Amino acid sequence: MADKLKFAFYWNASCGGCEIAVLDIHEKILDVAALADILLWPVAVDFKKHHIRDLPDKHIDVSFINGGTRTSEQREMAELLRRKSKVVVAFGACASLGGIPSLANFHNREEIFQRAYIETPSTDNPKGIFPQVKTALPEGDLELPLFFNHVYRLDQVIAVDYYLPGCPPTPDMIAAAVTAIAGNSLPPAGAVFGGPSTVCDSCKRVKQEKKVKGFHRIHEIIPDPERCLLEQGIICAGSATRDGCGTLCLNANMPCRGCFGPPDGVADQGAKLLSVLSTVVDSNDFGEIEKLIDQIADPAGYLYRFAAASSLLKHKLTGDGKSTVQAAERSQLEVAK
Amino acid sequence: MSFEPKIAGFLCNWCAYTAADLAGISRLKYPDNIRIIRVMCTGRIEPSFVLKAFASGADGVLVAGCHPGGCHYQEGNYKAYKRTLLLKRLLPQFGIAAERFRMEFIASSEGEKFAAVVGEMVAKLKTLEPLQTASDRLAELDGMFGEAEGGTGGGR
Repeated sequence: MADKLKFAFYWNASCGGCEIAVLDIHEKILDVAALADILLWPVAVDFKKHHIRDLPDKHIDVSFINGGTRTSEQREMAELLRRKSKVVVAFGACASLGGIPSLANFHNREEIFQRAYIETPSTDNPKGIFPQVKTALPEGDLELPLFFNHVYRLDQVIAVDYYLPGCPPTPDMIAAAVTAIAGNSLPPAGAVFGGPSTVCDSCKRVKQEKKVKGFHRIHEIIPDPERCLLEQGIICAGSATRDGCGTLCLNANMPCRGCFGPPDGVADQGAKLLSVLSTVVDSNDFGEIEKLIDQIADPAGYLYRFAAASSLLKHKLTGDGKSTVQAAERSQLEVAK
Repeated sequence: MSFEPKIAGFLCNWCAYTAADLAGISRLKYPDNIRIIRVMCTGRIEPSFVLKAFASGADGVLVAGCHPGGCHYQEGNYKAYKRTLLLKRLLPQFGIAAERFRMEFIASSEGEKFAAVVGEMVAKLKTLEPLQTASDRLAELDGMFGEAEGGTGGGR
């Protein structure tokens, strides 16, 4: 079976949903198995890092890497797979755009540690112990990967050839990508599997004039299943999001959350959605406008749910104008290098 | 500590830009910290323009257009005002003080108001610290990714 393709699947900062998405192609997984040998897939196959390390460079045909990059270990695995692969596909919203993990970029490491290891109600940590990159013990040094300040999307860490967006990518897209790889009919490098336009463009709902007299969260009203959700005051990211998903959420009477990222030609998905949401407000009375805008709780969370690592501003500053990295953190970085 | 803040000023062609022109013709004195970008209407200013200005090193952003009811295109300034309100709620989530971003209605005859607004903004920004560009911010965060905008960040 020397002419079989060689695939690798790997997960970085992700939830595991992308792995399930691969299995969601159902019986087509048998086609994949007939087509390709899987050299690494931690969720399903028992190959280890050293197996990959021992391969010659560019031995793997395609590596599908999902998840954002949050730790030095994840960066190391991404770099290893890049070296060993001919083609790297950023698989899913987190690898393509930063995804939900990159919402943590609205906080810095200190705040995240404080929350996770001190403040959460289920935490019992009276000594205030935080994870350390290196801990010296009589038996020897213990090491943990460095927790970065920022969640990076995959192409900020290694070169990426193709993007499969979505949370998770749909079975159809995965099948299309695998078929393209097998048939040697890949699009030009850098291409995104997905449509060029917006979700609104493929959404079948009746769209009239977008004039909103109040924003609602999805649990607050029962929406009309035929009409545009945004016109009903439900925050829908469809107008700022790439199509190609088959409007799965809209078909289920749920608003688009934006997991395919911005369409072609849009630099910042959140800014585009901000523009849409604010201008559908149907009022020219300043007091009323302010009241309506105030109904949009947590704008950053809505606007950048899947693309915070791809935002123009990139990361929150701690204290306006001040540097993000504290002196203590600098020393942690030094240790890691 | 004193520094010269940089302000990106998006001015509408019909009112605020003409007001800036008038301020010049009238030989009014105001700080030269503002870089003026003329747009046909404040309704044309996409929120990404403002974010990009902040990401590229502007310490403040001014959007100025016609008074309510006076827009050359009927309601471009209302659209801009609505975006401004939501932007002012978003920016602090990025750690950028809302006061760095200001929207003003300045009629074409109000050269003095334009000069005063710029003066006030500069004075305010001088009490804050310079804003890092997004790429500096990223480079400093983990000391390894120099490039702000994706591409082949690693390439090693």
